[in-house]
Amino acid sequence: MSTCSVSKGCFVFKPSPKKRRVSPKTAEYFKEANNDSEDSGLRFATCQSLWKQIKSETEQVQEELNKQLFDNLVSFLRRSHSEFQEKTTEWTCRMKSREIPTAALVLGVNVTDHDLTFKSLSEVLQNNITPYVALLQAKDCPGIKNLMQKLMGQLMNCCIDVDSSDEEDYVQVSQHRIRCSMTSLISWYENITKKTDSETPSKKRISRHLQSPPVVVIFKDMESFTTKVLQDFIGISSLLPHSVSSLLCIELFQSLSCKEHLSTIIDKLLLTTQFAFKLSEKVLQVLINIFLYHDFSVQNFIKGFQLCIVEHFHSQPLSVLCCQLVEAKKRVNSLSHSQCENIRRLPSFRRYVESQVSEKQIALLTADNFLKEVIQKLLEDLHVYHENYVPVLRCLHVFTSSLPKYPLGKQIRELHCACLENRVWETEEYESSLQLARMLNKSDLVTMLQKCVEIFVSSSGKEFDKVVEKLKEFLAQFQKLEAGACQERGESVSSQKELQKKTDLYHLQKTLLELKESRRSKKLTKFEMLRFEVVDFIDNLVRNYLVPADHKTLHEIMYFNTASALREHLNAAPRIALHTALNNPYCYLKNQALKSDGGSISNKAPDICIVYKLHLECGRLINLVDWLEAFSTVVMAVEGTNEDAAASDQVDDIIHARFIQAVSELELLGFIKPSKQKTDHVARLTWGGC
Amino acid sequence: MPNLEHPAYPAATLLRLESLVPCRESQVSMLLSIFGERQQFTFPSIFIYGHKSSGKTYVMQTLLNTLQLPHVFVNCVEYFTSRLLLEEILIQLQNCSSETKHASRMLCDTFNDFVRLFKQAVASQDLQDQTLYIVLDRAEQLREMEANILPAFLRLQELTDRNVTVVLLSEIVWELFRPSTGCFEPFTLYFPDYSIGHLQKILSHNHPPEYSADFYAAYINILLGVFYMVCRDLKELQHLAALNFSKYCEPVVRGEANERDTRKLWKNIEPHLKKAMQTVYLREISSSQWERLQCADGEPGQLKGLSAHAHVELPYYSKFLLIAAYLASYNPVRTDKRFFLKHHGKIKKTSFMKKHEKVLVDYRQTIDNRTSNHLLGPKPFPLDRLLAILYSIVDNRVAPTANIFSQITSLVTLQLLSLVGHNDQLDGPRYKCTVSLDFIRAIARTVNFDIIKYLYDFL
Ligand SMILES: Nc1ncnc2c1ncn2[C@@H]1O[C@H](COP(=O)(O)OP(=O)(O)OP(=O)(O)O)[C@@H](O)[C@H]1O
Ligand SMILES: [Mg+2]
Repeated sequence: MSTCSVSKGCFVFKPSPKKRRVSPKTAEYFKEANNDSEDSGLRFATCQSLWKQIKSETEQVQEELNKQLFDNLVSFLRRSHSEFQEKTTEWTCRMKSREIPTAALVLGVNVTDHDLTFKSLSEVLQNNITPYVALLQAKDCPGIKNLMQKLMGQLMNCCIDVDSSDEEDYVQVSQHRIRCSMTSLISWYENITKKTDSETPSKKRISRHLQSPPVVVIFKDMESFTTKVLQDFIGISSLLPHSVSSLLCIELFQSLSCKEHLSTIIDKLLLTTQFAFKLSEKVLQVLINIFLYHDFSVQNFIKGFQLCIVEHFHSQPLSVLCCQLVEAKKRVNSLSHSQCENIRRLPSFRRYVESQVSEKQIALLTADNFLKEVIQKLLEDLHVYHENYVPVLRCLHVFTSSLPKYPLGKQIRELHCACLENRVWETEEYESSLQLARMLNKSDLVTMLQKCVEIFVSSSGKEFDKVVEKLKEFLAQFQKLEAGACQERGESVSSQKELQKKTDLYHLQKTLLELKESRRSKKLTKFEMLRFEVVDFIDNLVRNYLVPADHKTLHEIMYFNTASALREHLNAAPRIALHTALNNPYCYLKNQALKSDGGSISNKAPDICIVYKLHLECGRLINLVDWLEAFSTVVMAVEGTNEDAAASDQVDDIIHARFIQAVSELELLGFIKPSKQKTDHVARLTWGGC
Repeated sequence: MPNLEHPAYPAATLLRLESLVPCRESQVSMLLSIFGERQQFTFPSIFIYGHKSSGKTYVMQTLLNTLQLPHVFVNCVEYFTSRLLLEEILIQLQNCSSETKHASRMLCDTFNDFVRLFKQAVASQDLQDQTLYIVLDRAEQLREMEANILPAFLRLQELTDRNVTVVLLSEIVWELFRPSTGCFEPFTLYFPDYSIGHLQKILSHNHPPEYSADFYAAYINILLGVFYMVCRDLKELQHLAALNFSKYCEPVVRGEANERDTRKLWKNIEPHLKKAMQTVYLREISSSQWERLQCADGEPGQLKGLSAHAHVELPYYSKFLLIAAYLASYNPVRTDKRFFLKHHGKIKKTSFMKKHEKVLVDYRQTIDNRTSNHLLGPKPFPLDRLLAILYSIVDNRVAPTANIFSQITSLVTLQLLSLVGHNDQLDGPRYKCTVSLDFIRAIARTVNFDIIKYLYDFL
């Protein structure tokens, strides 16, 4: 190291503040792992900024969803407290058992999502109600002693946090020196409230919090606390030992169901043009299935979504164009030649090229500059497609979600998946939906049309002015029908009357037939005609705008569709992986010698694989001697071809040892266990192929 | 009714005491005669037991306070370790007569320390000429502490050589306390349950100052008429009385009835109390919600009770796991083949004679088992069986992924399944299904699974 000093001396070199940025490293990794390292830096940056946006979006959604719940809780806490302060009349106060106000918060089954909720809950409480909030977890509190310790620790710490300015008179007591009992808690509380009362500087807090702020204890996972601990705690806190549940003044609050939460998230992340990144049908289905079938965790869903983003930007070199349209157009101009080649290799682009005239084909395949122009146009098309897709989808959902039995699903996500999968109008479900839509009654139809108008008006698509106009026209026509309605009814009534008049069977049949004829032969009422028109109109919209995304050129840039990768990462199957490893070691070891040739057992495989394969052929109980024999046969198949008997004895010992080791490894992995029924035998613990 | 008499205390005090503890006069007079005069030694230890709310705490406290006997009163649940308990006794002892509160921190780890510090504390406060009472409420908690604590307290008088008496209050009988090694036997005293007459008397005793005693007694009479069948707990009744009294007074306040209009008042309050029995008493809704309802004069029906929310949303496979667990818990192992082997069909019928015999035997068995399986409660089952049943009741193929296994753990944390045996045992875990038949039927209905068809008990 050098200094600018000219004199000799002793200098202190402080280590330059290390840039604790992890991202360069990650970016590096992003580049390395992909041999096709086009634009990796830019891709990484795009990926990061996209994720940041999405993350804040999801957090906001979460916040909004929790708001209602938290508001209720906060008002409950204020109320419970005020009752305590008012002390209605002395007599009732004396006679009633002193109940502890308790809010029971039902959050649904998924635990991973709850951490966030609790975090924001305690923040809300600390901001609005009281600085004294303790969050307890069952795993920290096996006994009442630990519970009290944790409680006091948290409470006293939090007060240090708040009063960090005036610490001089606060003696910081180390945790185990505090007597963990209610009396010390009470005296601490009295102390601390007295102090804040006498203290003028911290008026900000007093205004926000209540006069004497309550102590709030949150039990994060009530169901896992042992009953004894809770009973004791409640008994103690009321200072009035009594049968326990009657001491709690429980009010129940329920959070939004996680399915609704998911719907909102999908709505905000996928059914929008805000984010360029999209999920293909298969991928979305994987994520949704994991959610519905396995964990109900919105958090995991978002994590899965994040994985999709990373995978996409990581593995698709062209994802550099996966950003807002303006930016993407700019980036197109600076694409390298090899990136242009990448584009030419895209299946959707090839299809596009094939549909062009031959001169243009040549230009597209040879001239990079021309290609870039076309790409810009295609990207624009794609963007317009997305802008139109969402409102039309919502509009279709308005119809399908009110049909009986929901042939196209009740949720918009189901409809979305159906539209992504293939041309929705070619499916049977769509056909039957239209059939049902043609039977809707007028008031329903009118409200739906109104909703559709709203959707289109608020959408950003530019082509919908005409659509809105047309819809409004429909509405007006329905209005007009109101007037004509009475007249029509009169008509039908008269024919009914006619029917009743004709009493003999022959005439009756005849008139019935006539009536039917007249109905079939375009004697539709005006309403029915209009209804047909409306349904046809919607059908047209669908055919125009809800083309599956993978029919669109360049969709590979925006859509992530490697569902298999996702499944591999998110739906871990330890047993299958283990079976593959043992049954087909080549899969992991990539050693050419191990390349499996059908069912035979190679003696080059690791011992445990040989032992495993042999054991697959056995019944519930395995005779160790037979097993050893089979093992040594396999192993010796090559090694022992030219060895004499004396040497083979020697080898046998080693093979024996290898066998024992392999068998105990299998036992460790849980495939076999020693059996008590027969000596020299072990019992198999697994069945079937895996 | 025996008037309390004792030469050591002034008659006025005794009279006041008597008025404070209705229905417990005989116990109090028994205690007084045991205590003797202030300076006289008495039993080293006294054990008082009786059901919840039989007035043990109340009577003891009233007695000691009214007669101003030096005493220390601690709740063993509140001071849950021996150290906390002993230190608390010493602290109270310091504060009890000398007004100078020096919060000198005492460290008292063993009973030996306690005896030493106790002697110091007593000596410094000239209590020598009076019996000191140490009351340990909720004494059953002492059994959870170190083995020497209880025997030592029982003979504290002897150990410290001071005039001290330890009083233990508990809900359970002395026999359940006695250590196997034996110990000093305390004097035991039983507080019997209150009869309905007693309850009437005690409850009416504490009438609100703004209404007459008769008016309140009539109210208590109605209250007991409704609630006595389901609840005899004095504290609970007191609470209910306080909660609903304002409703009872309503007609009087509004001037629609006067205080002696018992019939009218009864008509007004009785349906209200019945509603209370179904809601607040069961804590379906909280007492503050109940009070708000009373003010708003609304129907309690509008408020959803706690149990209305009692449904649980579960992921699809979790539901099937739970169903499989239920089946595994309530079906005998040997019937699994019959229920779950796809191509098993019906049980093969042999010749008529054999069949006839078998039916008879089977019939008897089913009768036995049918009564048993659901009555006996869930049986533990191994993980393999659970998964085997799961695979056969789910329509599509389920891969044994980590997600499935973690759902089992989730079900355990939700207390829908319980792990049998130690939870650190990794090898061959066994579970029990802890949900009720109604619950599982509701779950099964949501996935269109007819669980009854698969339950042996309902075959
Ligand atoms: N004889 C009595 N006279 C007046 N009030 C009484 C009487 N007995 C009990 N009570 C009332 O009943 C309430 C409950 O009594 P107490 O707490 O003494 O019961 P306990 O036997 O200690 O119950 P636990 O076993 O639950 O501790 C007291 O708060 C007191 O107001
Ligand atoms: Mg008591």
